[in-house]
Amino acid sequence: MNNLIKGEKHDWEMVIGLEIHAQVKSNSKLFSSSSTKFGSSPNSQVSLVDAAMPGMLPVINKYCVEQAVKTGVGLNAKINNYSVFDRKNYFYADLPQGYQISQYKYPIVGEGKVTIDFKDGTSKDIRIVRLHLEQDAGKSLHDQNPSKTYVDLNRSGVALMEIVSEPDIRTPDEAGMYISKIRSILMYLDTCDGNMQEGSLRADVNISVRKPGDEYGTRCEIKNLNSIKFIKQAINYEAKRQIEILESGGSIEQNTMLFNTSTGKTRPMRNKEEAHDYRYFPDPDLLPLEISEEEIGKIKSSIPKLPDELKNKFIEIYKLSNYDASVLTAEKQTSDYFNETINSDSELKNHAKIVVNWITSELFSLLNKNNQDLNNSPVSPENLGQLIKLISKNEISGKIAKDVLEDMFSSGKTARQIVDEKGLQQVTDQGEIAKVIDEVIAENPKMVEQYLAGKDKLLGFFVGQAMKLTKGKANPKMLNDILKQKLNKKN
Amino acid sequence: MSKSSLKQTLKNLETKKISIRELNQDYLKRIKEKENLNVFIHFSEENVLKQIDNLEKDNSAKKLKGIPIAIKDLFCTKSMPTTAASKILENFNPTYESFVTQKLLDEGSIFVGKTNLDEFAMGSATNTSFFGNTINPLSKENEPLAPGGSSGGSAAAVAADLCLGATGTDTGGSIRQPASFCGVVGIKPTYGLCSRWGIAAFASSLDQAGIFSHNVEDASILLQSIAGFDQRDSTSAKVDIPNYFENLDDDLNGKTVGIPKEYSIDGTPMEISEIWDNAIKVLEKKGVKIKNISLPHSKYALPTYYIIAPAEASSNLARYDGVKYGFRSDEIDSLDEMYENTRAQGFGREVKRRILIGTYVLSAGYYDAYYLKAQKVRKLIADDFNKAFKECDFIVTPTAPSAAFPLNEKQNDPIKMYLNDVFTVPASLAGLPGISIPFGEDKNNLPLGIQILGKHFDEQQVFNAAVSLERSYE
Repeated sequence: MNNLIKGEKHDWEMVIGLEIHAQVKSNSKLFSSSSTKFGSSPNSQVSLVDAAMPGMLPVINKYCVEQAVKTGVGLNAKINNYSVFDRKNYFYADLPQGYQISQYKYPIVGEGKVTIDFKDGTSKDIRIVRLHLEQDAGKSLHDQNPSKTYVDLNRSGVALMEIVSEPDIRTPDEAGMYISKIRSILMYLDTCDGNMQEGSLRADVNISVRKPGDEYGTRCEIKNLNSIKFIKQAINYEAKRQIEILESGGSIEQNTMLFNTSTGKTRPMRNKEEAHDYRYFPDPDLLPLEISEEEIGKIKSSIPKLPDELKNKFIEIYKLSNYDASVLTAEKQTSDYFNETINSDSELKNHAKIVVNWITSELFSLLNKNNQDLNNSPVSPENLGQLIKLISKNEISGKIAKDVLEDMFSSGKTARQIVDEKGLQQVTDQGEIAKVIDEVIAENPKMVEQYLAGKDKLLGFFVGQAMKLTKGKANPKMLNDILKQKLNKKN
Repeated sequence: MSKSSLKQTLKNLETKKISIRELNQDYLKRIKEKENLNVFIHFSEENVLKQIDNLEKDNSAKKLKGIPIAIKDLFCTKSMPTTAASKILENFNPTYESFVTQKLLDEGSIFVGKTNLDEFAMGSATNTSFFGNTINPLSKENEPLAPGGSSGGSAAAVAADLCLGATGTDTGGSIRQPASFCGVVGIKPTYGLCSRWGIAAFASSLDQAGIFSHNVEDASILLQSIAGFDQRDSTSAKVDIPNYFENLDDDLNGKTVGIPKEYSIDGTPMEISEIWDNAIKVLEKKGVKIKNISLPHSKYALPTYYIIAPAEASSNLARYDGVKYGFRSDEIDSLDEMYENTRAQGFGREVKRRILIGTYVLSAGYYDAYYLKAQKVRKLIADDFNKAFKECDFIVTPTAPSAAFPLNEKQNDPIKMYLNDVFTVPASLAGLPGISIPFGEDKNNLPLGIQILGKHFDEQQVFNAAVSLERSYE
């Protein structure tokens, strides 16, 4: 595969690494018992600890630790029995302690890897350097008052997992696939809700460019991107910017950048003189975190099947293609929906491919059109299963089934109800179909002549006419067969 | 007038020889008479009377019911402001009660006021307070003396008989050194025995609450009241708290005392060597085996301490930024200016000095040479003690290298001031319990303290040795 991009003078290769910040799914914060609910009124979820009142002390939330271990297992990573919380010191208005509690030298999770699958059937491993736990900061609101900044501390102290990749990514698409895969794994594990819009999952992108075969170039870090679209845009813009500088004889300055989502451009966040010295040191308010092999084992045994495992299972049991299986398992809700659908009737197991198609094309497009999510789909897996069974048993045609699905979607009725009420049952009576065909042939003698003279394409015309007369209910295969038979007899 | 003890007062209250109101009015009177000592940052007679009213309506039996206690103004209290002796918290009123003060309230004690201290407990003379010096009650007419520090207000409150006990905190000697200077008993228990929850932090890995009292028995009663596990402090220890007072035993026959040779320092006044020798002789007479021990890394304790404590302080004090509570400068044109001016105007010189030192030793390029090395030395110092305690039951040393010094001495020489902690800091770094008891006087009749150090969580042995020495001294 050619991943190079053309500059004015050379071809260039991007070298990309991601730091993903995933909010740990937990009812309370990393070091306090405050709620983590999104969208609550400002400063309504702030404890004395979150506000850094004098004499307040952090106490580790064990559930968040378990969630991090789970995630580590899901990333095929080494779980460290010993890890340490450090203080990262800097001043900002929405950082009440004047430091963020994070993990620096000894993270809770070490090296791991995830696999991304390409459409052409190939795949690639992206190595994970580490995962560590840290606190989120609050939020500064600059747009509430012309001369003041307000601070909302609801998010202050919420647990984040920072997942750092090796610079193994080479294209914006790979970056998108990587973050999708991480998101998918976290959602399967139920350790992060994966909601990028609400900021539960965001990424810092490290990017440099080089001529193929050269050493790594100087990198820039683009901070805080919260959609795959923006990640790709930012990478493309930043790579182009760097290439232009290099090709005109300049050099890249290591910098932290911000991405402007409305202009699609990156710009430096601060210059070198303002670079932070975070003065990391072990937080003396917290003891080192020790996790026994036994505890890790317990957590491991509670882990559900993950996308790759599930994908292989689907390929094996249902004989699905690698691509179908990966689409199906990319999101937990999709694979759950598939499982529920196919298990709703024992006969459906032999029609797995049809089930996949009806979920990933027909149902998805309806959901998209109506801005809805599979989780709250108006069509339940059982009802979709029933519809597919009607198709497989030739009770209705695929074309009619599409209308039925739309009806199910808006009315909430079952497929059977709709088919019965509207009399949509497929006509499978040979005699009835033959009668209709005779009618069509009789009414279109000229067309028959032309067909017989070799204009094969006209077959479609006769099928259409016959379908029209049966209001689309004729079994298409039978219709085809009888039509051909009758026309050929004329010869 | 001899001061009445906590133990005796509890008896007098129980037998109705005296009422809670009479008792406290006596203390209130003295507090008002001694206002010139500047012992309290916050004192409100009204507040004390209200507490008396409430206790009179309360029929339940409580261990310290009606006992007047002074609280170092580093403990957050709901009923009184909490300043840490800093301008930056000048008008701070906590909505919460520290673990230690809550325990004292639960047992029915009366808080007479919040005592003065060095700003954020950084100092050895209670002269870095934003609210002015505290004067040692033992001062002669024309020569005001320092009460020691940082808990100088609490030590002075007990020495001037303005309460029956006081809370303190000790990071490098802040209870033991002022106890020595003021001629009272002061105990710093094992790190982790009393929860730090609700105490404004100076250096988290060293800060420990403790007690001042007139005598060892009273200290044993009060320490039991404030000790105990607290799940809100991750460094709080899950240990059973014995009844120190009931278990007091002054028979030391067969015990072994360790005498560390490294604590003989050139330039220590004769009188201090003498009371140390005297203590050893007394112990010998009681059948205690004398064991010369070595704590070879003690000589590095002071520099180690003055790296670790400021490092932690520089981070702990970052929260005082003018954003959420406390003082905020009026001169603000930007966020950076708010930080700069708030902290420049809100903190005093000593606090700023330590924030600068702490920031420096944690900086990129210096971390390994200072902070990391200091942590390694700290471990060696702790190992020295662990080794020594295999051969002895407790250790006896002087508490401080001098008696109380005049108020204005050493004001401009931080290094000299830091040397005050030379005998107390090693045990702080090792997290060990230590007590200071008065055990002699210098040529000016100023009290001198003896320090007894024990094994981790062996406060009982410390109390036993202390009560034994105390009884033979009286």
